[in-house]
Amino acid sequence: MAKHLTPGRIVLYAALVLMAIYYLLPLYVMLSTSVKTLDDIRSGNLIALPQSITLDAWSKAWSSACTGVECGGMKGFFWNSVKMAVPSVLISTLIGAVNGYVVSMWRFRGSDVLFTLLLVGCFIPFQVVLLPMARLLGELGIANTTSGLILVHVIYGLAFTTLFFRNFFVTIPDELVKAARIDGAGFWTIFLRILLPISGPIFMVCVIWQFTQIWNDFLFGVVFASGESQPITVALNNLVNTSTGVKEYNVDMAAAIIAALPTLFVYMVAGRYFVRGLTAGAVKG
Amino acid sequence: MSTPQSQASLSALADRWLPKLVLSPTLLISLVFVYGFIAWTGWLSLTESRLLPQMDFAGLIQYQALFENDRWWTAVANLGIFGGLFIGCTLAVGLFLAVLLDQKIRSEGTLRTIYLYPMALSFIVTGTAWKWMLNPDMGLQKVINDWGFPDFTFDWLVDPDKAIYTVVIAGVWQSSGFVMALFLAGLRGIDDSIIKAAQVDGASLPVIYWRIIIPSLRPVFFSVLLILSHIAIKSFDLVMALTGGGPGTASDVPAIFMYQFAFTRGQLGLGAASAMMMLMTIVAVLVPLMYMETRSAKRG
Repeated sequence: MAKHLTPGRIVLYAALVLMAIYYLLPLYVMLSTSVKTLDDIRSGNLIALPQSITLDAWSKAWSSACTGVECGGMKGFFWNSVKMAVPSVLISTLIGAVNGYVVSMWRFRGSDVLFTLLLVGCFIPFQVVLLPMARLLGELGIANTTSGLILVHVIYGLAFTTLFFRNFFVTIPDELVKAARIDGAGFWTIFLRILLPISGPIFMVCVIWQFTQIWNDFLFGVVFASGESQPITVALNNLVNTSTGVKEYNVDMAAAIIAALPTLFVYMVAGRYFVRGLTAGAVKG
Repeated sequence: MSTPQSQASLSALADRWLPKLVLSPTLLISLVFVYGFIAWTGWLSLTESRLLPQMDFAGLIQYQALFENDRWWTAVANLGIFGGLFIGCTLAVGLFLAVLLDQKIRSEGTLRTIYLYPMALSFIVTGTAWKWMLNPDMGLQKVINDWGFPDFTFDWLVDPDKAIYTVVIAGVWQSSGFVMALFLAGLRGIDDSIIKAAQVDGASLPVIYWRIIIPSLRPVFFSVLLILSHIAIKSFDLVMALTGGGPGTASDVPAIFMYQFAFTRGQLGLGAASAMMMLMTIVAVLVPLMYMETRSAKRG
């Protein structure tokens, strides 16, 4: 199997390694900067190894860095994002599963048209719904709350989750469902007893996709949340772009890694499903 | 106890109505929150709304104001530069990496993991990291200076003429691994026998790629173009985190224009008009692309 190392192969590997360095450099820079002292940062350079390792910047980023007027670190905003992402992901995924089941297994006259209408939600630039949404959240009294953000994320996640499940369920042979119907199984029985048990992989894909989308969202967060209800992306942006005082690059970098950890973790643990989610969302979305 | 027959007809009745009933909330939601809201924004763009929405029809004044606004045209020009370069470079890098990885590489899995991880990050994190690296005083410029090139300068981040290119750099870094994954999946899906046949005919590897393999990736190209143009037109987070649209308004893009006029400057009508222009741009890009894709799919 092993090929001989021809000059061509050497060039090939050199190119691959160079590219790997290009992708890893920012991560290395973030990590190393986050454990340096400010003096070390000023006297050394970006890619120099830290003189000594300190976690001060990390504890400051987590609990006392200033994001605008507030100086409570990223802690509170991290939990905001958790409180926002978990329910939004679960609700949109469950509704998407049932929707996908209907549009793939229970087609009725016009269901394809309705599905296409629904899909448009994947393509619109969200700027076009921001103004009325802000108005509506205000009228409902949930502007600037986590509940408001959950509502927004569920609504605009439904098109994607429905698409995921639909694309998965159409690959399941019709005979399975037909046979179950002849045996007298109804709408919910078929869904709960036949389809759900085999839907594990698509649930993974959909949950990972939704989680990364919602955790990483900035637009909805910055428009519909303020002050204490902001998600972590907005808080990070405020922290980094706060122009008062000495710029603490090490704290910025630690905060950026904190904001990135949950999605990086998902990527490391469930990479296979992450890629599948990306590509599945991509092919049609 | 009901008879088995009536039970059966009852469940048949349920099976006829349940699917529609189950789907209806989502349909209602998308009717209101997608179509209704687009209509609302569209109408708003035809009014004189400033700080507060006003619902009296005022014609195309907001569009007129938009087209007379220099900042808008800066934003549009930047979107053109960013979109073109971002899509072009991401495609090139992604395809290049996919072709390299397709050569039966050792530790392919590790390399793929490395190339793809930026996609897990938010654009805000990416912007923060690159903002630090491109910082002219302490970033890459200083590294090169320390290496013995004291005259080397790389201050695009603070150069009004060049700031938009730094967004391209960070954007390509973030998205090219993902494009690589799509192309790699496409490459792996190609029938080996075609390639074998070409090899028997004496075609060299570059020729095989150029003449046979890459043309057969057509559908992947369409998907990638679709996604990347979508990302480009909506791009907001990355620019906000990296340059904040600055220096001044030098790296403004339509998404930032819309956000600032609608939410921080109290120009609802103008913001709505810019949002509608964004929607129309997406429609203008996506509809032909999807039309071409479905047509080629039917032929293929």
